Amino acid sequence: MKVQSIHFRARAADAMANPVLQQNLGRFASGGLGKLRADAVADFGPQAFEELREAARAIRERSLTHMDVWIAQFEREASRRGATVLFAETAEDARDLVLEICAKHGIKKAVKSKSMLSEEVGLNEALSAAGVQPVETDLGEYIIQLASEAPSHIIAPAVHKSRDEVSDLFEQHHGKPRTSDIPQLTREAREALRAHFLSGDLGISGGNFLVAETGSGIIVTNEGNGRMVTTLPRVHVCITGIEKVIPTLEDLSTLLRILPRSATGQAISNYASFFTGARGEGDAEGPEHMVFILVDGGRTNLIGTELQDMLRCIRCGACMNHCPVYRTVGGHSYGWVYPGPMGAVLTPAYVGLENALDLPQAATLCGACSVVCPVKIPLPDLMRTLREQQVERGLRPRAERLGLKLWSWFAQRPRLYAIATRLAVWAMRFHADRSGMIYWMPFASGWTGSGKAGEGRFLPAPAGRTFRDLYARRKRGG
Amino acid sequence: MRVGLLVTCLVDMMRPSIGFAALNLLESAGCTVVVPEGQTCCGQPGWNSGDRAAAKALAEKLIAEFEDCPWVVAPSGSCAGMIRTHYPQLFSDSPAMLARVRALSERTYELTDFLVNVARVREVPGTYAGSITYHDACSGLRELGVKAQPRQLLATMAGLTLKEMTGCETCCGFGGTFAVKYSDISTQMADAKCDNIVSSGADAVVLGDLGCMLNIEGRLRKRGDATRVLHVAEVLAGDAPGNKVKRST
Repeated sequence: MKVQSIHFRARAADAMANPVLQQNLGRFASGGLGKLRADAVADFGPQAFEELREAARAIRERSLTHMDVWIAQFEREASRRGATVLFAETAEDARDLVLEICAKHGIKKAVKSKSMLSEEVGLNEALSAAGVQPVETDLGEYIIQLASEAPSHIIAPAVHKSRDEVSDLFEQHHGKPRTSDIPQLTREAREALRAHFLSGDLGISGGNFLVAETGSGIIVTNEGNGRMVTTLPRVHVCITGIEKVIPTLEDLSTLLRILPRSATGQAISNYASFFTGARGEGDAEGPEHMVFILVDGGRTNLIGTELQDMLRCIRCGACMNHCPVYRTVGGHSYGWVYPGPMGAVLTPAYVGLENALDLPQAATLCGACSVVCPVKIPLPDLMRTLREQQVERGLRPRAERLGLKLWSWFAQRPRLYAIATRLAVWAMRFHADRSGMIYWMPFASGWTGSGKAGEGRFLPAPAGRTFRDLYARRKRGG
Repeated sequence: MRVGLLVTCLVDMMRPSIGFAALNLLESAGCTVVVPEGQTCCGQPGWNSGDRAAAKALAEKLIAEFEDCPWVVAPSGSCAGMIRTHYPQLFSDSPAMLARVRALSERTYELTDFLVNVARVREVPGTYAGSITYHDACSGLRELGVKAQPRQLLATMAGLTLKEMTGCETCCGFGGTFAVKYSDISTQMADAKCDNIVSSGADAVVLGDLGCMLNIEGRLRKRGDATRVLHVAEVLAGDAPGNKVKRST
C-alpha cells in the first residue's frame, strides 16, 4: 500500500471539512466499540480483566523474547502436518511468493478474508496486475473494495462510510433497486459473494495467531467468510506478520478471551477458525494445498529496541476506538494501513521516520489508548521515543527546536526567567480585550488560528502579575 | 507537615490565583508550605517534544530545589505526573541520579490527591453556590489515578451540585505543544469537550490542570459561551473568580 502519511495534515484537514465523514465519526465515537468494550470489562470484572491483560502481556512478551525458537517450532509442526511455511523479508518478497503460488496452481480468482498484512504489502494490486482477480469477502472490506478505498479501521474497515453511501455503492455495483435496509444490504452482499466463494480457486486469509506447538494458524472473525475462504478453494494461503507466533494452545486460550472483548466487546467472536495443514487423506473438506507466508516487513528490526513493545500488538483496534484524535480525523488521515495510536508507532517504524513525521506528533499523549491496550503497550511512551528519534535525526522544524532551546535556557536561569515572564505577561495583557481574552497576537496564531470566526480559540490573558512577584510582595508583607 | 509547593510555570504566568488557592488549602490542612524561589518549569515541554537534554536539565534543577521538602505538591496533574511517572523514565539511563529521582517522585502529589490521601482533609475552607461539571484532565487521571479525590472534596461543599458530563474522561485536545502544532485538530477536540460541558447544564466546568483550562475557556469564549472555567483549587479554597464568598485567610 502506498504510504501517504507525510500528508497527514492535509488529509486531516480534508477529513475535518467533510461533514458526512464527521457525522460517521461522531456516530462511531458516541455509540461505538469503546462502549461495548467497557460493558464487556464490567461483565468480566474489572480486576479480573486487569489480570487477564497482564497475562496477555506476558504471553506476548514471552513470544517475542524467544521468537526464533517459536518460529522454528511452528515451521516444523506446520510442515509435519502438510502445510508449507514460507518467509518473506519484504513486502515485495511477499507479493512474489503469492504470485508464484498463483502461477504454479493456475489461479484465476482469489477470495480473501480480511488481512491487514495483505494491505500492508499491496497484495490486491499485485494480484490484479498478474491477472488474478482479488475479491474481498469481509463485508467491510467488500464495501471499500467496491469504493476503491483503503480501510480506515483495522477491524471495521468501512467504519467511515454511512448506510447511505453503502446503499449508493451497492446500487451501482449490484444492479438492483436501491435499498437502505441493512439486512437487505447484507443479503445482497452475501448473494454476490456466494458465487465468488464457489468460483475462487485461491483463498487468502490473514492470521491472528500462529501456534508453535501445533503449527496452526488462527483467525478470529464474525461473518463466517473466513471459514469459506480457508476451506472451499483448492489452495489456501495464510499471510501474516512473523511476530504473530505464540507458543501454545493454552496461550491462545488466554488471548482469545481478551481479543474479542477488547475489540468489539464480545465475550467470544462468532468464529475462531483454526487451520492446521492441508486436507488430509479421508478428510471431507479443506484445501489441497495450505501455505503460510510469514512476513517480516521491518518487524524483526524492532526486536531489542525501545520499540519492541509494539510487536506485542494483537490488532484489536481498541487504541483507535478510544483515541480522541482518531475520532476527529478518521483513519484515512494516517495515510497507511494502521491508523490511530498503533499506526502512529507502527507506520514510522515500518516505513521510516522521515515518511511519517506527523504521526508520533499528532497525539495529545492522553493515554486513553494505553489503558485499554490488551497487551499493555505503552503507546504514548513509544510515541515519545519516536519524537526523540526525530530530534536526534534533525527532523523537527527549526522554529520548534529554537523555541524549546530558548524556553529551557530561560527556565534554567530563574532571574532572567522572572523578567522574561513579566514581559510575556505584559505583552499578553496588552493584546487582551476588556473581558481578558486575546483574539490574536504575534506568535500565538498556533493557538488562536487566523482569528477568523469559528476557528481556533481565544487565549485567556494572564491575571496581571506573576505568582512569583505576588508571592514576593506578600512575603514582604505587602 | 512541611510541603514544597510546585506552583507550575503556567500558574505562575497565567493565573497566580490558583497558586494562592493551593497555598491556602495546604495551610488550612495544617501544612507548613514552602515555595522554593527559583522554581520555573518541570521540563515537560522538552520531554514531550523529544528533547531529552532540555527535560533533564530542568528536572535536575527542580530536584535540587525540592529535595529537602518532605512532600512536593502541585496544583496540576500533568506536572505532578511528570515528576512521579516520567522523571524515573527520564533518568533511567543514569543510575547515580535514579535513586534521588525515585525518592522525590514518590513523595510528589497532585493537590487533591495530597489533600485526600496524605493530609486526610475532610473539609475545605471554601464555599460555593451553584452547579459544576468536572473534567478529568488526562495526566492526573491516567498517570496518577486522580478521579475520586477532587469529587470527594467537592462533595463536602454544601452549596455545590455536581452534574457529570458525558465523556468527562475524554481529552480536551490540549496536549501541550499539540495545541499549537495541530491547532485545527486541537480546536475540534476542544469543541467536542465544550459540547459536553454545555450539555451538562452546569454553570461552571471545574478541573485540575491550567493547560486544559486555557484550552477549554478559550474555545468556550470563542463560541460565545460564558460557562465559567475554574480550577479545583480555586473552588475548594473559595477563591474562584467572581465568587462572592471571601477568602478564609
